[in-house]
Amino acid sequence: MTLSKSLPTGDNETTGIIGRRLPRETARRHVRGAGRFVDDMSLPRMLHAAFLRSPVARGTISSIDLEPARQLPGVVGIFIHSDLAKICAPMDMPQSPGFRFPDEPQHVLAGDRVFWQGQAIAIVVAQSRAVAEDAVEAIGLHIDQHHAIANPEEAIAAGAELVHPDIATNIAMTLQLGPQEPSGRSNPMASIQFTFARHSAIPLETRGVIASYEGGTGGLTIWQSHQMPHQQRDIISRLLGIPEHKVRIVCPDVGGAFGVKLQSYPDELAAIAVSKVLEQPVKYVADRFESFTSDTHARDHRMSANIVVNPGGWVEAFEADNLVALGAYAGYPRGSAGEGVQSVNMIGLPYGIERLKARLRLIYQNKVPVGAIRGVGQPVATTITELLIDKAARAIGEDPVTFRQRNYHAEDSYPLTSAGGLPVERLSSRECLAKLCSLMDYDRLRAEQTTLRTQNKYRGIGVATFAEITAPGPQYYGPLGIRVTSQDGATIRFESSGTFTCVVAATDQGQGTEAGLAQIAAHVLGVSSSDVAIVAGDTAVTHYGGGAWASRGIAICGEATRQAASKLRDSILRHAAMLLQTSPDELTIAAGAVCETTGKQRLSLKELAHHAHFRHDIFPPGYAFELTASAQFTPSMAYFMANGVQGSHVEVDIETGIVTLLGHWVVEDCGTVINPMLVDEQIRGGVLHGIGAALYEDCAYDDNGQMLAATFADYMLPMASEMPDIHVGHVETKTGGSTLGAKGAGEAGAVGAPAAVLCAINDALSVFGTEIDAQPATPAVVMRALLRARCRTRST
Amino acid sequence: MKPAPFDYIRASSMDHALATLSTLREDVTVLAGGQSLLPTMNLRLSRPGCILDISGLASLRSISESSHSIHIGALARHIDVLESAVIHAHVPLLRQAMPNVAHAAVRNRGTFGGSIANADPAAEIPACCVALGATVILKNAEGERHVPAEEYFVGLYESVRQPDELLVGVDIPKRPGQRTAFHELALRRGDFAVVGVAAMFSTALRIVIFGCEPFPKLSPVGTHATSLADEESRTRIIEQAVVAMDPLANLHGDADMKREWARVLLRRCLADIAG
Amino acid sequence: MKIAVSMTVNGEHAVAEIEPRMHLADFIRQYLQLTGTHLGCEHGVCGACSVRVNGEVVRGCLTLAVQASGMQVETIEGLSRSGEIADLQAAFVEQNALQCGFCTPGMLLTCAELLARNPKPSRAEIRDYLSGNICRCTGYHAIIDAVENVVKARISR
Repeated sequence: MTLSKSLPTGDNETTGIIGRRLPRETARRHVRGAGRFVDDMSLPRMLHAAFLRSPVARGTISSIDLEPARQLPGVVGIFIHSDLAKICAPMDMPQSPGFRFPDEPQHVLAGDRVFWQGQAIAIVVAQSRAVAEDAVEAIGLHIDQHHAIANPEEAIAAGAELVHPDIATNIAMTLQLGPQEPSGRSNPMASIQFTFARHSAIPLETRGVIASYEGGTGGLTIWQSHQMPHQQRDIISRLLGIPEHKVRIVCPDVGGAFGVKLQSYPDELAAIAVSKVLEQPVKYVADRFESFTSDTHARDHRMSANIVVNPGGWVEAFEADNLVALGAYAGYPRGSAGEGVQSVNMIGLPYGIERLKARLRLIYQNKVPVGAIRGVGQPVATTITELLIDKAARAIGEDPVTFRQRNYHAEDSYPLTSAGGLPVERLSSRECLAKLCSLMDYDRLRAEQTTLRTQNKYRGIGVATFAEITAPGPQYYGPLGIRVTSQDGATIRFESSGTFTCVVAATDQGQGTEAGLAQIAAHVLGVSSSDVAIVAGDTAVTHYGGGAWASRGIAICGEATRQAASKLRDSILRHAAMLLQTSPDELTIAAGAVCETTGKQRLSLKELAHHAHFRHDIFPPGYAFELTASAQFTPSMAYFMANGVQGSHVEVDIETGIVTLLGHWVVEDCGTVINPMLVDEQIRGGVLHGIGAALYEDCAYDDNGQMLAATFADYMLPMASEMPDIHVGHVETKTGGSTLGAKGAGEAGAVGAPAAVLCAINDALSVFGTEIDAQPATPAVVMRALLRARCRTRST
Repeated sequence: MKPAPFDYIRASSMDHALATLSTLREDVTVLAGGQSLLPTMNLRLSRPGCILDISGLASLRSISESSHSIHIGALARHIDVLESAVIHAHVPLLRQAMPNVAHAAVRNRGTFGGSIANADPAAEIPACCVALGATVILKNAEGERHVPAEEYFVGLYESVRQPDELLVGVDIPKRPGQRTAFHELALRRGDFAVVGVAAMFSTALRIVIFGCEPFPKLSPVGTHATSLADEESRTRIIEQAVVAMDPLANLHGDADMKREWARVLLRRCLADIAG
Repeated sequence: MKIAVSMTVNGEHAVAEIEPRMHLADFIRQYLQLTGTHLGCEHGVCGACSVRVNGEVVRGCLTLAVQASGMQVETIEGLSRSGEIADLQAAFVEQNALQCGFCTPGMLLTCAELLARNPKPSRAEIRDYLSGNICRCTGYHAIIDAVENVVKARISR
């Protein structure tokens, strides 16, 4: 096992904890229903908030009558824009090169104009949520409805009405990549035009916040279902004018996040502002309908793309043009560009191409703002790439696996800069693909496919190569002036009974980061995982942290934890050496005891701890006790990059268009694997999101900006019957960006799964000479592809 | 969301229920299992001022048989119908259809009568009742009337039930030797049908295409379609059925797509019946 | 309007005067502070609010609390305390069949009912029975594995 050679540890290979499938402590609470989510919490005199939200996507508020609502028993206060503008500054975006923000920034409540269906106009606080909702209904609201800008193609046509008239265009940003002049050589072997439907990430626990402002001290404590407590503290402190050190954010158990709980939302800020005004705790928990019409969306792309392949079967170039529909405002504080930018600059990344030419346009719409959802544009880039790769392989009559193996970057070409300008440390695509083919028994599935065609059964096999940016460094947001840090830290205490408390800046919404960090600490310290308690998610207690996004938790905080554990181990050995009258070099820690390097146990940690805490009398005067060690880590690389290949096996009912998923496989390289069970389950969860994208999910809007799929009856999520078994294999290529070598695994499933499934569908349909043109590949989409083929056959 | 406030009356007996309906009529909404009504109330899409909860009327829960028919009480739950030996023996169409109805927790509370009274166009049970030639039993303070299922549904969520009437049960004729088939296209397990077909063949062929029109109707296929053995007859029946359709477009597909799917499901049903 | 309700929850008598519009899940959470039952949608689709009423799993959000008057209600807390689902809980932890934990109480109650009705379900039957419970974290595979493991262990016992 190479791990223990690269990590200074107290343990030998046989008792190493890194790499073991250990169950999570947190899970033991949740199976008993003992989770503590925001909505489970209650404070004395706490009020409940509900919002009056715009029923229309675009309009002007002509009148608003709060009186009937104020009369209802149990209503304590109703606030509109003019009330809260004095308390809470607007959500002002820092300038971002190339991105046009409106002059009038987004306020927490709509002023006299509304910009999307669901935008909050007024907040009611009452003794119960039910009464608050009754009051919301009693408010007399008159809006002059205007035609919504709800179609991105229409939005960029000449004479289109404007979402933000002060910008003079609906194009928020244009990005050009690669050589813009015609190359003269471009002779596309294949092209596609593909639509990606809009998504919401749908964590099962909706967004929620409890804000408690204390009049006496001017302090504000907030419990929030969120991924980024420090980012929130920064924003809330600045916008509400409360000194940062008087604001405390606690993230209790969070029921899933997936990027939705990464932003700062106007409705949550409004609830916090009301707590400040009333000096009473205010709770706001979004209900599911509100979630659909206010949680940040993503995806919503219309892409046309080509692949250029030379006569030898070598991929030369990709060309793409992408129109991305945003919302009415940029997501706050990170903007809305990431989804679009990564959807183009990651195209073709695993392949040794010469050139990537792309144009990206981000378009304002009267819809829910767009933010970052698991994968952030990379699923789209991967899908377009892999669909075109398959199409090119089919055009030259070559097996898609062989085509890919030839066209990946040469093994000796790393590190390299991609055609899209992105640094790539190293990809293990070939190794992953070979392992995948073995895992899924690719050859047997191909043989079966051929046989079954003769029986009118149409199976498809899709293979999709993916790469994923993880653990970004400070260059990602720093130059944009966005106050999102890339650092994380850990502080480990050696307790008086010989156990450890590890306070970490990372946060956990179920992915198991806390468990992974405990394993890292335990491994380095030479103790068992259950001897390390983790404290996380409280800005009063932890290091300043970057929170959970871009699969960075273990990669960055894991390295900080490793460093802190290493320092503490050194201190412990120094104390032990002092007590034992020997040199620290003669000692190690194993199985909870200080041992000689020969293995002979000398002193239990419990005994050592007792002395180190209570027997300072036997140490030399002035001896430096260090029973706590801290470390902070910021990656210096632009980012780490995980990679892998996914496989999908489907059967398409060509009479109905129904796609049945027969199996799914992932071979993933996320570097050092701390706990394979945690990684496997994160991969599987990501695959669930990707399958949802490929087959089911669509935040459908009508031409008037009205959401048509705002409940679980209409927005389809894959359930247990739709999902296949998901088999996961690993390749481990450590990153050089940290000693730990872990890259991050949280989004990989979501990045590659849609491509694998959509490629599989096209593979099944290829005998009919047709292909799908949209995700989700609903039965109607599949049927339309088949009907197109039927029409072509008839007309020839 | 939380429902809007309402008054609540718990029916203590059938007479009490009928008297309440007689007095309050349109101003009261009947609540049985709540699996259709409560979601709409939780979304504030419906806001009844007064609810009459009949879930305590034990006499309406039974499933029984007589020499000529099967009786399903309005409060028989989906799980009761699924597990009923009587239904298993005598109403194969329901045996085929019921596993498609929602999910276990909903089947533990949702009622047969509730599904019919709610009259969702994409629901399986109303369509099956029409295909089976069932009779819907309506009761008010004055008496009782029996309405053939194919006359019961008249519009989108609309039936002939009057505001003072309570749906108390359904009678399904026993048809020895019947052959039935049920196929539906749903995006996921347990979803409402995008398009579905319920078919029964005994002395005549009764076909209901449901899910894409406002209410379930009997397809006007020749009732003398006694031979399903040959492909030509089957194709003729299918085209007769599809020509009579007027499908509504929605998120799942346009009218032509629905017709295409109906053709496929009809073909499968007729193949099943022909054996 | 307030209605008196009286029910047994996890073996304990619960009495209150409540608005009829309060659903059972809210009653359990707010009046009894049993917060293991969660709200994920309130339209009866996600299953996070699953509770047992007179021995059968129902959606807590689609049952008015007044309709549960006179009935035996059991929640995840009660099933935990009694030890009835101890093997399922252990299997879930062992397989990491939960991540954020929000769907887990509802999922466990549904699994318990499946095994009570069908002690030897196939993998497909397990998926089918759980098809009314949304999980956004696991992709369901580990949950199916956990249930399968419990099935095998119970059979061999």
